[in-house]
Formats: sequence, structure tokens, C-alpha cells
Amino acid sequence: MWADAWLVAVKDLRIEFRSRVALNQVLPFALLVLVLFAFALDPDRGLLEKATPGLYWVAVLFSALLALGRSFSVESADGVRDALRLSGLPPVALWLGKVLSVAIQLLVLEVVLGAGIIVLYGTSVTGWPLLLMTIVVATVAIATAGTLYGVVAAGLRVRETLLPLLVLPVLAPVLIGSTRAFEAALGGTPSEGWPWVGLMSVFAAVYVVAGALGFGPLMEET
Amino acid sequence: MTIETDAPDDVVDPGPLTTGSRTTAVLGGVALVAIAVLALFGLVLSPADANQGEAVRILYVHVPSATAAYIGCFLTTTGSVLYLWRRSRWWELVAFAGAEVATLFTVITLVTGMLWGRPTWGVFWVWDARLTSTAMLLLLLLGYLAVRRLSADYEVRAKRAAIVGLLLVPNVIIVRQSVQWWRTLHQKPTLFSNGLDSRIEGLMLFSLFTGFIAIALVFLWLLIHRFRVAWLAEQVAEEGLEAAIAERRAEGASA
Repeated sequence: MWADAWLVAVKDLRIEFRSRVALNQVLPFALLVLVLFAFALDPDRGLLEKATPGLYWVAVLFSALLALGRSFSVESADGVRDALRLSGLPPVALWLGKVLSVAIQLLVLEVVLGAGIIVLYGTSVTGWPLLLMTIVVATVAIATAGTLYGVVAAGLRVRETLLPLLVLPVLAPVLIGSTRAFEAALGGTPSEGWPWVGLMSVFAAVYVVAGALGFGPLMEET
Repeated sequence: MTIETDAPDDVVDPGPLTTGSRTTAVLGGVALVAIAVLALFGLVLSPADANQGEAVRILYVHVPSATAAYIGCFLTTTGSVLYLWRRSRWWELVAFAGAEVATLFTVITLVTGMLWGRPTWGVFWVWDARLTSTAMLLLLLLGYLAVRRLSADYEVRAKRAAIVGLLLVPNVIIVRQSVQWWRTLHQKPTLFSNGLDSRIEGLMLFSLFTGFIAIALVFLWLLIHRFRVAWLAEQVAEEGLEAAIAERRAEGASA
């Protein structure tokens, strides 16, 4: 199953590597959001420093919406959806492959954004283990939930407007958890951040199960 | 309601044929009487609260509405599970009707809550765990309804909405828990300490009790009607397509 999932993920990443939409459009968008936040909250007044963890994760969520939309729009062209169903790969592997490719893209995005807040916002890190763990767990949570709701919205004319409405309220706990954990890791007390990582792990586990069960019926439909 | 049994869609059982029945007419009448009784006790006979003043009367609607909203959500998730599991169209429509009625009662809960909060706390909105998670509940319900109302085939809409509906209650629980932690780590939840949880007795308790009955009846009436309208709408959509196909065939034959 993992081998099959890896096949799907590699396919998506290869499309991405050749088209470079995430690299040339989504990544610049994320950096643009960081700059816009700086314009909105004057960096000299200290507001930006206090708000950095929240701004970082809001930027990640918005960029993730674009990455998710992209992940499913490559399927809608040229009957790829039907081809995948004909391929005989188990639905769970298809879904895991999608999750993997979205998660890998998000990780790259988060590393660049992290460098962005350190360079542009002058953030200092006090708890590296917590920071890295938060990024990994939050990425899994966003990718699993996002991919499941992405396939709910896939192939519909209203896809672009429907996906944010479905995903953002669902991801609210991840935003709260990752922001609080980041506050603890960036200048706070790292021990306060670990319960939030736990909460996000539970969230991710729920969505791994839901995605594995729900993807099959959604792929069957005509 | 004897005609609505849990049957697959090809069926002997025709399902509802009108938006109401004699039973629902009686139910509606009883609901109206209950609302009148609630208005009498809630607005006239029960005394004003020592702490909250006249604003306490809002709670006789607010608390039952919140309960009704939660019940609607549970119906949606239950219906979605049973639709995915047993392909029961009946339960799918119960899930849809439940979500729509739950949305209505969530809005009522939020609006009455804000109207109560302004005189009691001095503000319409505080970032309290209960308020925030109720607002998120409304957004989750709107997401479900957006999927359910897509302009696609019934199967596509129903299946996708059922996945969203299945996750509705788990999401509400996770959101609630996270918001609870988020607020309590920052501030102590003091808001309800002299509000709902304080002792309540006599006519005030009776008014609240009447509120629960009146809202339950309204909830039931709305749910049944919404179900029947949805059932008929699906029926019309199907027959409409079949009739149109038959018409085109007839055209082709005559030409």
C-alpha cells in the first residue's frame, strides 16, 4: 500500500516539478502575505513580533488552500480521475499519495516561511524540538483534512469557493494549536507548547482514519 | 407519522405525498399553544432575575434553542452514517433536514445570546469558549449545507454531503475542546458563574421547562416538514427528468 501511495505522490510531485506552479506562484504568494502583514501591522510598534506565530500559520493555511486546489485541479484535466480509478490502486493508497505530495509541498513552504519570519520579522527560536514537531504534526493534520475535503469539492464548478468554506472551520483547532505551540517555541516556555502538539496529533489521527474510510466511496462515484 | 418507514427507494412505500399531514397539523397547533404558554410565563408571570434583570427572559428561548441545535447536529451525523452504511435515502434526507433546522436554531442561539450578553455583560460578544465554538458550529453547518445544495446529481450531492455530515459531530467536539483549552489557558471561565449555573427555582424554572417543550415541538414540526419537502423535491427532480426524456423520445418518434 505504501508503495502504491508513493507512486501517486511521485506522480503529483513530478507534475509539480515540471510545471513549477507551487514554486513559482504559491510560494511567492506566501511570502507576499508575510510582507502584507508587515504593511498592515507596522513592524516598529512591536505588534508584528507579538502576532508572528498567528501570522505564520494564517499564511500557511491560505497557501495550503492554493496547494490543495492545485492538487485536485491536476486530476480534473484529461480524465486523470477516471484513469486513477481504472489503475486498480486501492483508494487508501490514492488518498495517502495525495496526502504525501501535499504534505511535502507544505513542508517546503513552511521551511521557506520560517526563514521568512526569522529574517523579515526578526524572530528568535527558543525551542527547536517543539518548533519542528509542531511543523510536522500540523502539516500532517492540514494535509489529511485538506485532502479529504479537497476530494469532496473536487470536480465541481464551485470548487474554488467551496473548499475554503469547508476546510477553514475544520482546521480551526489546528490553527489554535499550532499558533499556541509556536508562541511557546518562539520566545515562550517550550513545555507549554507540547499539549497543543498532542491535540493536533489527535486531530491528525481522526482525519487519517476518516480519510482512509471516506476516500473509497468518494472515488467510486460516476 | 406512519407512512415514513426505512425503506430503499424503489419501493412499495410511496413516501410522503404532501408537505403536511393531519398529524403534523395537530403537532403544529400544539406547538403554537406551547409558544403562547411560554410567552405568558416567560414574559408576564415569571419574575425578573436578581442579577440579570429582565434579560433573564431571553434564556427561556436561548437554552432550549442551543439544545435543539445540538440534537439537529446529531441527527445529521447519524443520518450520514446510515446513508453511507445502508444507502438509505430516508436517512440521508433526515440528515439534510436535521442540518437545516440545526442551522436555524444555531442562529437563534447566537442572536438571543448576543441580545442577552449586551445588557448582562455590557458587550455583544466575548471570546468565550461556548460562544466561539457555537459560531464555529454555525460555519461547519453552512459548509455541510453548501455541499448538500450543489447543483449535481443526487448521488454525488448525497454522498459528498454525507462525508461532511459524518465528520460534523467529531469536528464540533474537537473544535469545542481546542477552544476550551485556548480560552481557559488565558482566562478563567467566569462568565456563567452567576448566570445559568446559579440556582433557579419556582416560576423561572417552570418557564425554562415550558421553553424546552415549546422549542422541542417547533423543532419536531420543522424537521418533519423539511423532510417531507426535501423528499418531494427529490421526487419531482427525478420525475421531471424522466418526463423530459419521454417527451423528447415522443418528439423523435413523431418526426
